[in-house]
Amino acid sequence: MNKIFEIPLYAYARSADQDAATPARHRVVVVGAGPIGLGAAIDLAQQGIEVLVLDDNDKVSFGSRAVCYAKRPLEILDRLGCGKPMVDKGVEWNIGKVFFDERQVYQFDLLPEDGHEFPAFINLQQYYFEEYMVNRVRELQQAGAPIEIRGRNRVLKVEEKGDHAAILVDTPEGQYGLEADWLIACDGATSPIRAMMGLDFVGRVFEDNFLIADVVMEAEFPTERWFWFDPPFNRGQSALLHKQPDGVWRIDLQLGWDIDKEEEKKPENVIPRLKAMLGDEVEFELEWVSIYTFQCRRMETFRKGRVLFAGDAAHQVSPFGARGANSGLQDTDNLVWKLKLILDGTADEALLDSYDFERIHGADENILNSSRSTDFITPKSEISRVLRDAVLDLSEQYEFARPLVNSGRLSVPCTYDGSPLNSADALDGPARSRPGSPCPDLPLGDGYLLPRLGDRFTLLTINAEAPDEIEESGITVTRLALSTADDPTGMLQARYLGDAPSGVYLIRPDQHVAARRPAYDDTQIRAAIRRAIGKEQ
Amino acid sequence: MSDQTLTLTPNIPGADDFYAELLAAHEGLDKAASDALNARLVLILANHIGDRAILSQALAAAAPNQKD
Repeated sequence: MNKIFEIPLYAYARSADQDAATPARHRVVVVGAGPIGLGAAIDLAQQGIEVLVLDDNDKVSFGSRAVCYAKRPLEILDRLGCGKPMVDKGVEWNIGKVFFDERQVYQFDLLPEDGHEFPAFINLQQYYFEEYMVNRVRELQQAGAPIEIRGRNRVLKVEEKGDHAAILVDTPEGQYGLEADWLIACDGATSPIRAMMGLDFVGRVFEDNFLIADVVMEAEFPTERWFWFDPPFNRGQSALLHKQPDGVWRIDLQLGWDIDKEEEKKPENVIPRLKAMLGDEVEFELEWVSIYTFQCRRMETFRKGRVLFAGDAAHQVSPFGARGANSGLQDTDNLVWKLKLILDGTADEALLDSYDFERIHGADENILNSSRSTDFITPKSEISRVLRDAVLDLSEQYEFARPLVNSGRLSVPCTYDGSPLNSADALDGPARSRPGSPCPDLPLGDGYLLPRLGDRFTLLTINAEAPDEIEESGITVTRLALSTADDPTGMLQARYLGDAPSGVYLIRPDQHVAARRPAYDDTQIRAAIRRAIGKEQ
Repeated sequence: MSDQTLTLTPNIPGADDFYAELLAAHEGLDKAASDALNARLVLILANHIGDRAILSQALAAAAPNQKD
């Protein structure tokens, strides 16, 4: 039986653009049909913007790659119409165990907060993730949405032309030219477009290598995240075992930076390592093995004129903490509504400065967290190893040391504190829903809050009067009126009001809070709307 | 934020006894084991203090070249 990642899902087909006398112009071209590129394309198409996706391949991700998806990206994917199949297929987990040397030092429970539609984390192979996104693209095409994927269309050249990007594409039948009003480069960590445009990375650079293996086995291991520091089967390094759907286990073995990648990848070298880890008696089959090299760094700016960068193309982190694909999906969630307003003529290009501000803030947070995890997992000096080992030793016996153990700080959504799109916080409400925050979900009637917010500007009123619709600077804001009289769980009060008796929230299309006040104030809310689209300081 | 400041005046009753106890804890340990003990001790004491501002002041006070 063929695996899903061996079947071409978007096989090459000749396009009329290849026979055009002059390069065909598209509104948005997305380069890369990975999770981030497809996320951007689906979002654009759902909003009626014509989008063309180019990918140098014709299949979904080979091997599991990104496996751990957090709640916020799942909420975004739900808005894109493909979150639920991922949760249905994915493996939910809450328990993590930490091992040091030969012993388990402690275990933790993520204890996810109640009242969210989506779980804290699921594990799912990237090939399923991409397959469900491609299914969603097909569904949108059936419904007549302007979205197309071209497989085996490799971008050879990109030129930023001020009011568009010129693209040269290679195919099995030769080269052709294209133009795009906007180009979104989601072409991964090695981003050929970034290289072509001579835009290099800044920031702290370090490098490490991981042997990543997908192993099929009938094993008794529970659905937990197991992390080893300095285990006997991988001395001086770390190891991770995680369950995926279909009896596939993901194993990450840290190798250090000075290794022979081709040699390490050979089954005769991989299998003994895995046997040492899993025990001689465990029967397993190696589905996929790869060497993953990471660096922690980002581009200085995610925008070069009409070319925008998102996901690993723009920033890279270590794998600890599931901050790669998860943060990339937050990039396009942040970008697409802004691009739509610009394409519609409602906002100026300057609104994209906030994409840079907000997502660089996100990238820096991820790089900081993942650098700290890396420093803990791979101590860089003798004393840092002594301190690290002391933390691990103490964690076995004393609870206080456990928060210091850092095997990856798992991805949480970024709050855009200080963003130019935020209005000053005028509500004495909970910190978690301050301006810049992603809206916390909660049960609402038979469903949940977030699907009610959708992908438009919303005025959420709680125990407060306001107009049902506000028109301001080309933006239509629709009211969602809620009351704590109908809040059986008390979560609306706790997550949006705290001690305040009432509140009015202006919520952006990406479900982040732009402004909040104790009551509706027409002048202030209109100013907040203008500010949220970059039209007021 | 803390309004506390780091105590840098004598604060341990029976200072000689404490010092002897500290040395005794290291007795018979090799360098690696002693370093590990010191590291555990720092972490335990830091947790007991728990005040981020005090801990920052302590780190500054302990840093090399703080002669004043």
